[in-house]
Amino acid sequence: MSYSLAKVDRIIDHYGADAEALIQILLDIQHEFRWLSRETLLHTADRLGLPMNQLYNVTTFYKHFSLVPQGRHAVSVCVGTACHVRGATRLLDRVAQGFKLSPDETSADEKFSLKTVSCLGCCALGPVMVVDGKYMSNPTSNEIAEIVEECE
Amino acid sequence: MSQVNITINGVNIQAEKGMTILEAARTAGIFIPTLCYHEELESYGACRLCVVEIGQGERKKIVASCLYQISDGLVVETETEKINGFRRTILSLLMHRWDSIPASLLEKYGAKSNERFTDNMTYCILCGLCVRFCHEVKGANVLGFIGRGTIRQVVIFPNQSAKYCASFCPDEMECLHYCPTGVISSQYYGSRPADGQALPHAHPVCINEDINILEILERVGYISK
Amino acid sequence: MSKLTSVSALDELRKDILSRRDPKKTKLSVCSGTGCRAYDSEKVIDSLKSGIKQHGLDDKVDLVTTGCHGFCELGPVMVIYPDGIGYFKIKPDDVDDIITETLSQGKVVDRLLYVDPEGNVITKEHDIPFYKYQNRAVFGSNQSIDPKNIEDYLAIDGYQALATCLSSLSPEEVLETVKKANLRGRGGGGFPAGQKWEATRNAPGDVKYVIVNADEGDPGAYMDRSILEGNPHSVLEGLLIGAYAIGCQKGFIYIRQEYPLAVEHLDRAIEQMRELGLLGENILGTGFNFEISVHRGAGAFVSGESSALMSSIEGKVGEPRPKYIRTSISGVHGRPSDLNNVETWANVPLIINKGVDWFTSIGTEGSKGTKIFSLVGKVNNTGLVEVPMGMKLHDIIFKIGGGLRDGKKFKAVQTGGPSGGVIPEDMLDLPVDFDALNKVGSMMGSGGMIVMDEDTCMVDVAKYFLEFLADESCGKCVPCREGITQMLHILKMICAGEGQPGDLELLEEIAAMTKACSLCALGQSAPNPVLSSLKYFHAEYEAHVNDKCCPAHVCKELITYHIDPAKCKGCGKCLRNCAVGAISGTKKEPHVIDLDKCTKCDTCFMVCPPKFSAVTKLSGNETLPVSES
Repeated sequence: MSYSLAKVDRIIDHYGADAEALIQILLDIQHEFRWLSRETLLHTADRLGLPMNQLYNVTTFYKHFSLVPQGRHAVSVCVGTACHVRGATRLLDRVAQGFKLSPDETSADEKFSLKTVSCLGCCALGPVMVVDGKYMSNPTSNEIAEIVEECE
Repeated sequence: MSQVNITINGVNIQAEKGMTILEAARTAGIFIPTLCYHEELESYGACRLCVVEIGQGERKKIVASCLYQISDGLVVETETEKINGFRRTILSLLMHRWDSIPASLLEKYGAKSNERFTDNMTYCILCGLCVRFCHEVKGANVLGFIGRGTIRQVVIFPNQSAKYCASFCPDEMECLHYCPTGVISSQYYGSRPADGQALPHAHPVCINEDINILEILERVGYISK
Repeated sequence: MSKLTSVSALDELRKDILSRRDPKKTKLSVCSGTGCRAYDSEKVIDSLKSGIKQHGLDDKVDLVTTGCHGFCELGPVMVIYPDGIGYFKIKPDDVDDIITETLSQGKVVDRLLYVDPEGNVITKEHDIPFYKYQNRAVFGSNQSIDPKNIEDYLAIDGYQALATCLSSLSPEEVLETVKKANLRGRGGGGFPAGQKWEATRNAPGDVKYVIVNADEGDPGAYMDRSILEGNPHSVLEGLLIGAYAIGCQKGFIYIRQEYPLAVEHLDRAIEQMRELGLLGENILGTGFNFEISVHRGAGAFVSGESSALMSSIEGKVGEPRPKYIRTSISGVHGRPSDLNNVETWANVPLIINKGVDWFTSIGTEGSKGTKIFSLVGKVNNTGLVEVPMGMKLHDIIFKIGGGLRDGKKFKAVQTGGPSGGVIPEDMLDLPVDFDALNKVGSMMGSGGMIVMDEDTCMVDVAKYFLEFLADESCGKCVPCREGITQMLHILKMICAGEGQPGDLELLEEIAAMTKACSLCALGQSAPNPVLSSLKYFHAEYEAHVNDKCCPAHVCKELITYHIDPAKCKGCGKCLRNCAVGAISGTKKEPHVIDLDKCTKCDTCFMVCPPKFSAVTKLSGNETLPVSES
């Protein structure tokens, strides 16, 4: 058994391999590995005695699950209503242009993942971009370019 | 079984307690259109073509007849102008997924395709009959849904298919007979389609391609890479 | 801490906690909610901690890191008790002065005080208009407690209401109290909580569940998160009281995993309850047993719908159930289940402690108590505000919210999130309660209140909500899935200048069907943003369709960017900031935008100094104003 599946097993055991805890288990796996590999899903299905169609149904239904690896740097643009009316669409355009990514995309070198989120609850800063937990209020194209440069 | 009295379209009808409006109506020979209903399967309530008006005066409301259970004294209207208008809109919308909806149905409600609508001609109306048959009747779970919202899709799962298709359906893929649009073909019977092969064969992109689920997700816009 | 085995043991503990506390002692209440954390409040708190130690003030000053105070606009915020001095926009560099001036010498640091728009400096937090007009019955406790410390909650009469219920009220009496208070659900439709409790209580079955809906999905509302982050015990106490009244031994909390701090505080609160014996068997020696499990939601707006939420708890896809059976009869595992949202539960202990008369003295005929709103968008004072039901929209937006930013003109306010609608200026006198909002085609929802100004395009807003819903719909039923798809398609065409006569009628036709025929509340309310904006801002739709003009200059395809040569002083700022090199010009001469290269990213408009305001957006037949010089 590979190392990562051992970790997956620990998570599954933590929930007593209860099929009802499927979503909680997948959240923990996602948190641990930043994505859900096919191998992991097959293993989880096996351990919980669930058919694969249920796992794919659940993992493609809930937005938090990712079936592809995520970048090392998480870039989010808030598209909540408050940010929207303050120009989040244009900010998203600039961020997409700056990072050369579309929303929900990960760069080929797995450096950046760009996501949109609905309301981060810091509406006073809106429109907001967050890079690795650092909040920025409505950055210009140049400021975004600087962030791209700064990230290792 | 105890009987209850209900009124459908002004006619008094006796029906078995516990029946849905749709069952009671069909038993009495009253037509209500459906696309996702099948008597062998649990009611699903997705196509909403079977909506009817119940109650009287101010308290009238619209319910899906395939799910709403009758009770004594229930008053039902199945063909009001309002209801038929909704059916017309529903059918017009569906015509942009499936362009060969039975003409009789379209004519009855005056449904026409609308040039202002965008086409998504998958021939799959997501009625879920195949998925539900496979799950509820066969317990095979070879078919399933992925995605949500406007990119929801029916897919076939090869591991399950390889494991179960031949034993659960020894002669032919029985789910074929449940598909109202005829989009499922028996092409994959007994073979091992790639992981998560998309079903809507009429949709040109999915036929005979050895694709995996990630590619399908990508295609329907769930992920981009 | 040892387990409390009786109600009197709880009283003893409370007395003991209070005896160790000196109300006259200086207390710094610093916000560490998610909003203030975005402004680096953590660094401020760290500096305060080390500064207090360095100056040997440990014994004289209590530092309390709290949840959200509400005034997010001016974060990080701090209140210094017992005087109630409010400091705002605190930087780590300000900490030295706070310690050497205020804490050591009792002097106020003027530059950190609130200054109103007229220039008046206000020292005390509660004199600030933002706070003055609120009634912070539920939310106010946030700033006096550390959510990680159950003692703080006990010190403000925490779990007193539970003790009262368990020791001196029958479940029926508790139920009657909540029914009499007419507490209506704060999460959406405003269904009376007491009626829901009663239905669950009366439903057949021995095993029943109570559930907290903390799946706050409205993309512009964050009050539930702030309650859970700032005062988790208030919600938990409410839940226990509900469980007692209904006859449940098991509760679930369904919370978005996107709220990590709230999950952390909740988990810790539950742990502390367990340590004190407020969870488990024979709570406070009264024979009442109760357990709670926390379920994190994995991101699906539709899972906030009650039957969908219950499917999620069972580990399944969070799709609404189609059957016409209430979850109070058949919910989790087919058992009777009572679901109320965070704010509703948090109201329960207050009703028990302060009484029905107190509760019903606040609010309107049909809507009692207070409601928390997230007042956001183009308003000056962004934040969470709690007001008595029935306060006029105008008062919330202008008195508390301080009116619109940058002197812009008010256009509309959106309430109820993706299920709600927009309310135009001539309805600002509307008293905000469940029924009044419904009447004008909007709804209370969970309490999002997004203020829009003249620069907000109402067609774009309708399109925005449909885009959200197209993604968030479960996609099961035709009216919702196909209806939203085509309405969104039409709105996109309209915003792109491809609108045609008949489009608006077509929108109305689909909307009517989707509203009437959808399977669940998400679909049934999905057309509201379209219908309400069509109703109140029809002319704006017509301008898009007929004149290919976006009057608010938002819809990208309908606008072009220009530099007004009469205003441009050639400072070069826009030229340097343009990412695509679309701007040319020599220093001190008016610059020009090459429309073929321009990507309409808005950067030039943003960076052009306000004193020039030379970058102009034009739409439809608009032209640059004729030069005066």
